[in-house]
Amino acid sequence: MSLKHTLWGAAAAVAMLPLAANAERGSDGDVKLIYWQAPSIMNPYLSGGTKDLEAASLVIEPLARYDENGSLVAWLAESVPTVANGGVAEDLKSITWKLKPGLLWADGTPVTSADVKFTWEYCTADGGGCAQAEKFNDITDVETPDDLTVVVRFGVAKPFPYGPFVAYENPIIQAAQFADCLGAKAPECTEANFNPIGTGPFTVTDFRPNDVITLAANPNYRDPAKPAFATVTFKGGGDATAAGRSVLETGEFDYAWNLQLAPDVLAGMAAAGKGQTVSGFGTLVERIMVNLTDPSADLGDERATLAHPHPFLSDINVRQALSMAIDRELLVEIGYGVAGKVTCNILPAPAIYASTANDACMTQDIGAANAKLDAAGWTVGGDGVRTKDGMRLSMLYQTSTNAVRQDFQALIKQWWGEIGVETELRNIDASVFFGSDPGSPDTYQKLWADVEMYANNFSGSDPEAYMANWHSGQIPSPDTQWQGNNMPRFVNAEYDAMVAEMSVTADIDERARLAKSMNDLLMQEFVMIPLVYRGRVSAHSNSLGGVKLNTWDSELWNAADWFRQ
Amino acid sequence: MTDTTQVSAPQDDGSGHRAPRNQWWDVWDQFKTHKGALIGAAFFLFVVLAVFIGPLIWALEPTYIDIRSRNQGPSLSHPFGTDQLGRDTFARMLKGGQTSVAVGLTAMALSLLLGTTIGVLAGYFKRLDGPLMRFTDLFLALPILPLLLVIILLFRDPLRSAFGPETGIFILIVFVIGITSWMQTARIVRGDVLALKEREFVLAARSIGTPNRRMITRHILPNVMSPIMVSATLGIATAIITESALSFLGLGFPSDFPTWGRLLFDATDYLQQYPERVIWPGLAISLTVLSVNYIGDGLRDALDPRIRGR
Amino acid sequence: MLTYTIRRLLIAFPTLLFIGLIIFLLLELAPGDPMSQVPLTVPPEVKEKMREALGLGEPTHVRFYKWLVQFFIIEPQVFLDNTIGSTFAEGKQRVISWQTRSPVMDIVVQRIPQTLWVVGMSYVVGVLIALPIGIISAYRQYSVFDQVGTFVSMVGFSVPPFFSGVLIIVIFSVHLGWFPSIYDTTLVVNSWETFVTQLKQMIMPVMVLALQTTAQISRFMRASMLDNLNQDYVRTARAKGLTESVVVMTHVLRNSMIPVVTVIALGVPGIFGGAIITEQVFKVNGVGQLLITSIYANDIPMVQTITFIFAVLIVAFNLIADVLYGVLDPRIRYD
Repeated sequence: MSLKHTLWGAAAAVAMLPLAANAERGSDGDVKLIYWQAPSIMNPYLSGGTKDLEAASLVIEPLARYDENGSLVAWLAESVPTVANGGVAEDLKSITWKLKPGLLWADGTPVTSADVKFTWEYCTADGGGCAQAEKFNDITDVETPDDLTVVVRFGVAKPFPYGPFVAYENPIIQAAQFADCLGAKAPECTEANFNPIGTGPFTVTDFRPNDVITLAANPNYRDPAKPAFATVTFKGGGDATAAGRSVLETGEFDYAWNLQLAPDVLAGMAAAGKGQTVSGFGTLVERIMVNLTDPSADLGDERATLAHPHPFLSDINVRQALSMAIDRELLVEIGYGVAGKVTCNILPAPAIYASTANDACMTQDIGAANAKLDAAGWTVGGDGVRTKDGMRLSMLYQTSTNAVRQDFQALIKQWWGEIGVETELRNIDASVFFGSDPGSPDTYQKLWADVEMYANNFSGSDPEAYMANWHSGQIPSPDTQWQGNNMPRFVNAEYDAMVAEMSVTADIDERARLAKSMNDLLMQEFVMIPLVYRGRVSAHSNSLGGVKLNTWDSELWNAADWFRQ
Repeated sequence: MTDTTQVSAPQDDGSGHRAPRNQWWDVWDQFKTHKGALIGAAFFLFVVLAVFIGPLIWALEPTYIDIRSRNQGPSLSHPFGTDQLGRDTFARMLKGGQTSVAVGLTAMALSLLLGTTIGVLAGYFKRLDGPLMRFTDLFLALPILPLLLVIILLFRDPLRSAFGPETGIFILIVFVIGITSWMQTARIVRGDVLALKEREFVLAARSIGTPNRRMITRHILPNVMSPIMVSATLGIATAIITESALSFLGLGFPSDFPTWGRLLFDATDYLQQYPERVIWPGLAISLTVLSVNYIGDGLRDALDPRIRGR
Repeated sequence: MLTYTIRRLLIAFPTLLFIGLIIFLLLELAPGDPMSQVPLTVPPEVKEKMREALGLGEPTHVRFYKWLVQFFIIEPQVFLDNTIGSTFAEGKQRVISWQTRSPVMDIVVQRIPQTLWVVGMSYVVGVLIALPIGIISAYRQYSVFDQVGTFVSMVGFSVPPFFSGVLIIVIFSVHLGWFPSIYDTTLVVNSWETFVTQLKQMIMPVMVLALQTTAQISRFMRASMLDNLNQDYVRTARAKGLTESVVVMTHVLRNSMIPVVTVIALGVPGIFGGAIITEQVFKVNGVGQLLITSIYANDIPMVQTITFIFAVLIVAFNLIADVLYGVLDPRIRYD
């Protein structure tokens, strides 16, 4: 295995030599990237993990992707089809993509529309367990009138037809390489899954799962002058602190991904002067989910289901007071620094969807929160905890294990203590918390606690699927094996109606109005308490040029343009 | 089970000055001559007193967040400084020491009890050797992390409702550390017992018809004391560190509950900015383990009649 | 002794099958989900389809049987195919990892070199330092050497690697710049320069790990030597005029080795298991890192396979230790 890889690497290096001699490609030597989560596979359709998607984005590419501002740019396609340029049908039931002419796979064969069609077949094949299947929902057919034209037909009107073949989640794979890997056979194609033939700036020379990937410049990349780097070393594993240190302090690596570190630690590292941090914002919001149902263990099978409303969190005054007691500015300062902003919305971006109707939450108001609880009849008992009708405001607050989250828990516990709410903290290992094992009591979906905290976002720039998360049909319950995204168990007919309306609305301004009012409804019901609008921080060495941090797509989206300065 | 407690119980009598002149007085006299052991014992006593009485005197709450005074160096109001949320490190060290010392001692005791019992039984009784050692192999082979997750799944909620959150979790942690760390002691003790069993004095004792129970308590156990003492010292250090690792899995105490291991882990990220922060918990753990080590040394010498006679 | 060894080997098979079953059931029971690292944006129905594709829908006994067949029949066939070029395993399903969708054994084999280089080397270094320290400390009890040795080894043992590793990285990589903080697993040692590079990147993880091993083994060595130095046979040996070195190195040492052999034998399987924290701190990415990432990703075939190999080594080395007891002390009989 390893000998084969070595020979392969040697062959690739020899093949590149003539090109390197007369062009700039490969003139800048090796670039070293470090991801503290190590990629396990290079096929985005078999793994949904962000680390795997990012690694694969160096090799395989979509028809169009998001740029660093979140707007769509054509990638393998000539242009982004719209209704205006005739690329999207008037009835919104089809979209026509035109491939750039002359595109070649890394092995020298031409890229055709058949490859695009094959990608759809690959992901929708039975028994394959494709991770990106949702993007291909509602497609009835993919037609290929000629080698460069792809027509995607949908069974329903798609107001936002940029799901399939767009962004790093669903790049185009080569039909010839994956032809025998459909459906249940997908895992047997180890060589293809580790070393996909792509159109991107680099090709894999050695893939060591969960450890290190070495890549070399693609000899058939469409721009003969790019990429500037001859090879890429993509190291995985460890922790964010060590990754940051290797770029910012020792200078061993050129680029470190997603440094979730306390702001003062990061600032201390950056002070060494070997590199700099870059940050950008997508749609990620750290939030507290309030459980509207009773999680008491005494309820047996009906625990945390709609059958039993929560004894005190079903009182909107309590929920509002919990939100008012939080000093979000301080949370940002302690936990995220430049990579965080105060937010009062669950949908903070893109700008047209961002509401300003809830901004009252930006300032902490313990006094008003206390007054609200007093008015609602919750009186402070001898132990400083409020009670009403024998019901104590005592809560279990769970989240995943993560240093920043534990600091947030401690701070929020203290603020809630000041308004007479007693809190017990619990942290759960992320692999259990975010797992969906119906046998585990500690998953974020079961929410066998009163409140829980985590962060969520949506892929791409269209919030339709994201806002549909709080539809009453999405409530996790024993009937759905505890699957579903409506963690607060929020039931509201008005909200459900808006979800339905958005799915058939095409006009962008109308969609923005709907999304905003859905956001406002959720916020004013206080079923979720947004805390911080989180950005992404990465770091690169001073000698690495061309980095444009992209939080809407892969961070390595423009690796072809990176150079040594 | 009771056999092992009989041996360790007299340690208390030895320092209690109440017992009539018997062999434990000799043990105490010998222990006194061991300077390291005396200093170790004094320091250990000091640590125990500090962490259990200290929080009553030093009134700052270890969980109270004073965000304005975060990341401070040592001062009069905060002798050990404050952490990234402005909590008083001294108060956290005292409170954390309570948990760490208690968990370290009880978990070590449980693991020694299990290990010694299984080791002696397996080494002494030929029929038990096979089954008990295969059982040990099984425990050595089990992957710890999934095992812990299963234990949480099965026992966390019942223990919480039976003993309340803090005691419940304490029992769970001691249990978890105890049952995952006895295997080495068991194998070592068994190895020693296998050899001891064939020594002349054991054969002699057997030939005069000494019953098994007396054989074990009078002849076998005192002769395997030294590896047990070493296991005890190493066991405390392991237990204190393991406890902090458990809280990352959500198995340990809640995250705002300080322990030495956790303070050390949290401070590691700030190693360069605030190096003093790692020193306190690091020093506390090291010195406590060191003092237990010296006490163990002294006890081992004091319990060895050949040395005592000199 | 030979019949004992043969009997133990025969018992080992059912024991290992039983251990394998217990591990499998434990992994089944443990909460966890192979989809836990998939972003929250992927809808639940898609995750359910992915789980089915991994074969999670089948009942437990069927999956255990499949794993047994794959591990005990197909993997050896693959090994034969690779060594003698036969085609026994062609077209048969090997043990496939859920994370990487590739054969588990290939990845394990890929990880063994760095594990042996770093963890194995540190164990050898640790044992080699520990034995003389233990012997001298006991022979010169309460000398300066003994006191310093005790102090260093106890402090070394009580400082966990997550701290000591970071500390030496900060000192030697960040401030002095002598050694790399990140281990390069792709380095091929084929010249003097690459050998030096390899040494440089090994030195810090080996130091951290060896400290733990040394501390532990030297304590047991010292205690056991002390027990024996006061025995009557030592006085006898001296009385009959044997030189001090023969008395200590032959008679006392041999009799003191039983607990030390136990500890060393218990540690050897641990080499294969890797050193999880140290591997993480230095990014060595050996078997330990593979195991821990697989556990977090709930990659059951991978965890089951690694743990089972680990169990085989434990059973084997405990048997070796038992045989060595007989060699060290011929009075020990098992029959």
